[in-house]
Amino acid sequence: MSAPLLSSTDLFAPAPARTGRLGQLNAGVKLLATLLMTIGLLLVKDWVSVGSIFLLELVALRLLGLNPLKLLGTFWPILFAALLSGWSTSLLVEKTGETLIHWGVLWITTDSLTVGVTLALRGLALALPGLMLITTTDPTDIADSLAQTAKLPARFVLAALASLRLVGLMMSEWNVLGQARRARGLGSQDSLWQRLKTLVGQTFALLVQAIRRGTRLATTMEARGFGSGKRTWARVPTYSRADLWFFVGALAICAAGIGLSATAGTLLWMWQ
Amino acid sequence: MQTSPVPSFRSDTSSGASIVAENFGWHYPAHAQPVISEINLRIEPGEKVLLLGPSGAGKTTLLHAIGGLLHDEDGESQLGTLTLNGYTPEDARGVSGLMQQDPESSVVLARVGDDVAFGPENLQVPHQEIWRRVDESLAAVGLDHLALDHSTSALSGGQKQRLGLAGILAMHAGAILLDEPTANLDPEGVKEVRDAVLRAQRLTGATLVVIEHRVEIWAEYVDRVIVVNRNGITHDGTPLQVLQDARAELIAAGVWVPDYSPEFPAREAVAGDVLITAEKIAVTRQNPSRRIIKNRRADLLAGRSPHLGLQPVAQNLSVQVRAGEHLGILGPNGSGKSTFALTLAGLLLPVAGELTASPELSQGVDMKDPALRSDIASWKPADLASRIGLVFQEPEQQFIRSTVREELEFGPRHIARSRRQPVDETQLHVRVEELLERLRLKHVESANPFTLSGGEKRRLSVATALASAPRVLVLDEPTFGQDANTWKELVLLIRELLDESVAVISVTHDLDFVRAVGGRTFVLDSTHRVSTDAASRRAL
Repeated sequence: MSAPLLSSTDLFAPAPARTGRLGQLNAGVKLLATLLMTIGLLLVKDWVSVGSIFLLELVALRLLGLNPLKLLGTFWPILFAALLSGWSTSLLVEKTGETLIHWGVLWITTDSLTVGVTLALRGLALALPGLMLITTTDPTDIADSLAQTAKLPARFVLAALASLRLVGLMMSEWNVLGQARRARGLGSQDSLWQRLKTLVGQTFALLVQAIRRGTRLATTMEARGFGSGKRTWARVPTYSRADLWFFVGALAICAAGIGLSATAGTLLWMWQ
Repeated sequence: MQTSPVPSFRSDTSSGASIVAENFGWHYPAHAQPVISEINLRIEPGEKVLLLGPSGAGKTTLLHAIGGLLHDEDGESQLGTLTLNGYTPEDARGVSGLMQQDPESSVVLARVGDDVAFGPENLQVPHQEIWRRVDESLAAVGLDHLALDHSTSALSGGQKQRLGLAGILAMHAGAILLDEPTANLDPEGVKEVRDAVLRAQRLTGATLVVIEHRVEIWAEYVDRVIVVNRNGITHDGTPLQVLQDARAELIAAGVWVPDYSPEFPAREAVAGDVLITAEKIAVTRQNPSRRIIKNRRADLLAGRSPHLGLQPVAQNLSVQVRAGEHLGILGPNGSGKSTFALTLAGLLLPVAGELTASPELSQGVDMKDPALRSDIASWKPADLASRIGLVFQEPEQQFIRSTVREELEFGPRHIARSRRQPVDETQLHVRVEELLERLRLKHVESANPFTLSGGEKRRLSVATALASAPRVLVLDEPTFGQDANTWKELVLLIRELLDESVAVISVTHDLDFVRAVGGRTFVLDSTHRVSTDAASRRAL
């Protein structure tokens, strides 16, 4: 088995992808680029622009040292969801154009297939930058950029960051709670209703633990002078030439996809 | 970040804070009684104070008040006055630093350096100065060998507490306030944290106030011991004087005083029949996939000994569990003690080796094939719970009902329901009453388990396991963080169970406990360690 891209229980674990070229880019720039790509993709709805943006993303990520296909494989539920939405769309939209398949309720035409493929491609093209951001970025760095560059309230950003650290703890806590319930005799032989009750109880116990731990953590933070007042920052987000190129590259991919489609005369804006 | 050796803290920025209380108390408006009252004391800069008292005496409230963490929203909660260096604690932000019991709540951020820097950032220390303080503080607590971007989740409990201490030192706090800083740690962690605290105090000259119910950890190192109860301070003086004068009072309050351990008459160990046999088993924490479970079952049915492709934490474990005998499982942290016990209790699958229940124990198990009937790991939860009771380290993890009585009734009712048998209400009532009586829970029978005191929660968690009348009882760190009174009760209860020929297995660091209940011990040591070569090969 190869090392996972993200450790399942520790969101802050130093994943190999975080030390690569993408990992060294500024987190805020990556976040902004991802947002702009998302907006760009939501503005168009033809398969040429969406498809070419997706292809350019694949090439760009590959060049930056990330294997985009492996990335989609690791997060297969997203891949699955994109393909499924494409498939069901092609079955459900208005049937114009030539009929390709018509077996009973299964009726796909050239136009409905195009709409479906476009939707699936757009889903994948939207997912890739997001996955790149998650796998190559330490949450601490995003928080620094959000608080220091985007000037979001530090109190809010740091509280979110501190609680994110508890997610991994909650996962192992969940396992222990499950074992404790099995030791009490709850489990596989129970009725569906009983199992649902167990699940609700286990969730409640987890929440109680989480709230208590959260309260204690808040006490620690307050005891270390955390409040609404001004603060300085030990880490200063740095911006380099590489960040600029990355940002320009992201914009260029969007522009190239839309430009290509416009040249080919296939461009369809969202509102058209 | 380059590190340079820092001989000592700058004396101009950090010296001890003085703490003065006059008739101080705290009374929450909705409560009938104040949590604490009539506190009069003067702690000089650099003094080292141990704060003792029964649980519920308001020690934590007092410490939080000194730390400026209590806020008198309506202006009526605070009684008297309390000052830190002459200021109210709320105004003296950053003058004190507080550490709590749970190591997880000592860590705020994900990277070691960032976590230490968190306090200075909040106190608006300039950027360059922050990193100087981070280096200096990590060195003071002996964590300077760690990289600044080392993950805080990867630290041990003792290391997390030392990191929390470094965070306090980096604020250049004049008062270090510690609320049972070692209660959740194993003996090595206790020493490690205690030594780091004393070293840091020497370096900075900070005032130290520590709450702890195990007196011997701090007694010989502090200048002064203060004993409080709800009505004020009962003793205040040198450790020698106070521990002499207040000895009886402290023992009654369940405080562990030095050279005192509850006495028990020697017990004749009468081991009965073998109930569980483990033969060279390897144990793991990993969750098996459905496929692994299926293959294991097929192997057992075919008479083969299954070997699972999971990463073991310990191996070559052979032991016999006998009726009426106590088995203490000992060993350093991370040696796989708890994993071993959970495997014996049927909650985890053994990776390799034979783990079998005797015909006596497995009689009546709902499994047709004899190979599966003797395999504890294959039992259905209801069959398991009626034979092997398990008590987790944190009692709250096991509570599933909203009152103490329902909690005790749950096991027998659920097992009857699983077997589609009617519940014998009279018998159940008798059993529950007996447990309520025996474990002194009668007065809280309709209370919510989550609202009980620490000792009551511990007793209830043992009682719930006993409600299904198991032949084997497995306890994970039963005496961890318990006061001397609860400790004594546990020992007596377990001795009674042994007399009733229940087999008891305890995972523990507490040698006094093992001595008091008697029986055999099993020590996980180097012969059980899984070689790291094999481990890393398997992990790839």
